[in-house]
Amino acid sequence: MEPETEIETEVETEEVETEIEEAVPERQSARGMAELVAIVEALIFVADEPITTKLLAEVLSEDRDAVDAAVGELQKEYEGRESGLQIREIAGGWQIATRTELHEEVRKFLKTRPSAKLSLASLETLAVIAYKQPVTVPEILEIRGVQSASAIKTLLEKRLIVTKGHKETVGRPMQYGTSKEFLIQFGLKDLTELPSIEDFEDLAN
Amino acid sequence: MQEEQQPEQFTFDFHKETAEISAGPSDELKLKLGEFAGPLDLLLFLIRQEQANIFDIPIAKITDEYVKYIRLMKSLDIAVAADFLVMAATLIEIKSKMLLPRDPSAPDEEEMDDPRKELVDRLLEYEKFKAAAGMLHEKTTVEQAVFQRGKIESDDSNAEINASVFDIITVFQKILLRHRDEIKMEIAREEISLSDMIKTLKRRIFEETELNILAFFEEMHSKRELVTAFIAVLEIVRTESVKLIQKKTFGEIILKAVTNGTGN
Repeated sequence: MEPETEIETEVETEEVETEIEEAVPERQSARGMAELVAIVEALIFVADEPITTKLLAEVLSEDRDAVDAAVGELQKEYEGRESGLQIREIAGGWQIATRTELHEEVRKFLKTRPSAKLSLASLETLAVIAYKQPVTVPEILEIRGVQSASAIKTLLEKRLIVTKGHKETVGRPMQYGTSKEFLIQFGLKDLTELPSIEDFEDLAN
Repeated sequence: MQEEQQPEQFTFDFHKETAEISAGPSDELKLKLGEFAGPLDLLLFLIRQEQANIFDIPIAKITDEYVKYIRLMKSLDIAVAADFLVMAATLIEIKSKMLLPRDPSAPDEEEMDDPRKELVDRLLEYEKFKAAAGMLHEKTTVEQAVFQRGKIESDDSNAEINASVFDIITVFQKILLRHRDEIKMEIAREEISLSDMIKTLKRRIFEETELNILAFFEEMHSKRELVTAFIAVLEIVRTESVKLIQKKTFGEIILKAVTNGTGN
């Protein structure tokens, strides 16, 4: 244990100090909360992909709870001062990104336009795959009523879907499912964040 | 089966064209061609256009309009996907079934299956996924308004550190030093010219894709050959699409053929 933490503990909870030490015997953080928040912020910033709580905890030798608390603190801090950045949960990990509302200014600076959107056919195919995965080409045809081979090719090229092995049925057709890239590009924490397909029934009628 | 004809981007010219189909004596349908993701999509559009109840589709009217649409596509030389034709056939089949008089001997209690039922089920199922596609479209649009930082260089993202000429000289000196004791006397041997050395080196690099220059220098038998090899390395780096790289700082220097896309 670092002296810093001891001092803190003494100041804050002098009387119950021994109790706390007994209650949390393992991996007690040697860092103060503020320090942990700062480190977590730095790591989320440098990570190429959304970084999971698990990975953060491993790298820092901290409890996952402590990491989650630090991320929560960080989110609050960003929101509190209406930062231009946000800490988001994407594809099961944490990501630092610009706030949606600032897209015009950011685009102006980056001189980018929204990238080519997926066609209606590709989006439909992707929707079927997302909800029915693992799903085969004939099963997609059954729902869409149209051959989807070129849409599947596009989705594979964009790494939004991946093959999920063969289905053990006649012809052993290839099965497809969505990828981590799908979660990232569609801003989803995980697949359960997608609304239930039955919810669209009311919407459609 | 024919491939679907929906292009992947909304940039094709025929998307912008509009054509008219007269749906009746007075009302006209304006259709944007190529906008439909499939026959079910077109069918849903026609049903909505008619403001018909999906559970009670006016099959004769919808079939007529569907077929009109297909004809229009053909007349405009748009290749009609086989799946659209399959749907036309299905519609005509349903229409004809509905025209047939009911079997009078059939018991009244057992309702005859509506020939439209299967199609309605498919339409309802399809409609859900169409709505889900719309949801995905919204999500990706929102997501495109969010930006992450650019790539940060790290050993993982950029495993190769450019080695300088100075680094090669250091390697060269190391080998020279080692050879100093080994090479006691020089026997006249076949001299290898610089151009031959370059040729050899080039062949080795492209065959092995990666060539450790320390190992290459090590193969040389004399100081003269070493010097020739050294010059060959410098020359090849200057003239060919070959890169000197180090996998880690102060690591071994490797000659690597620059393949398309990875070169700077």
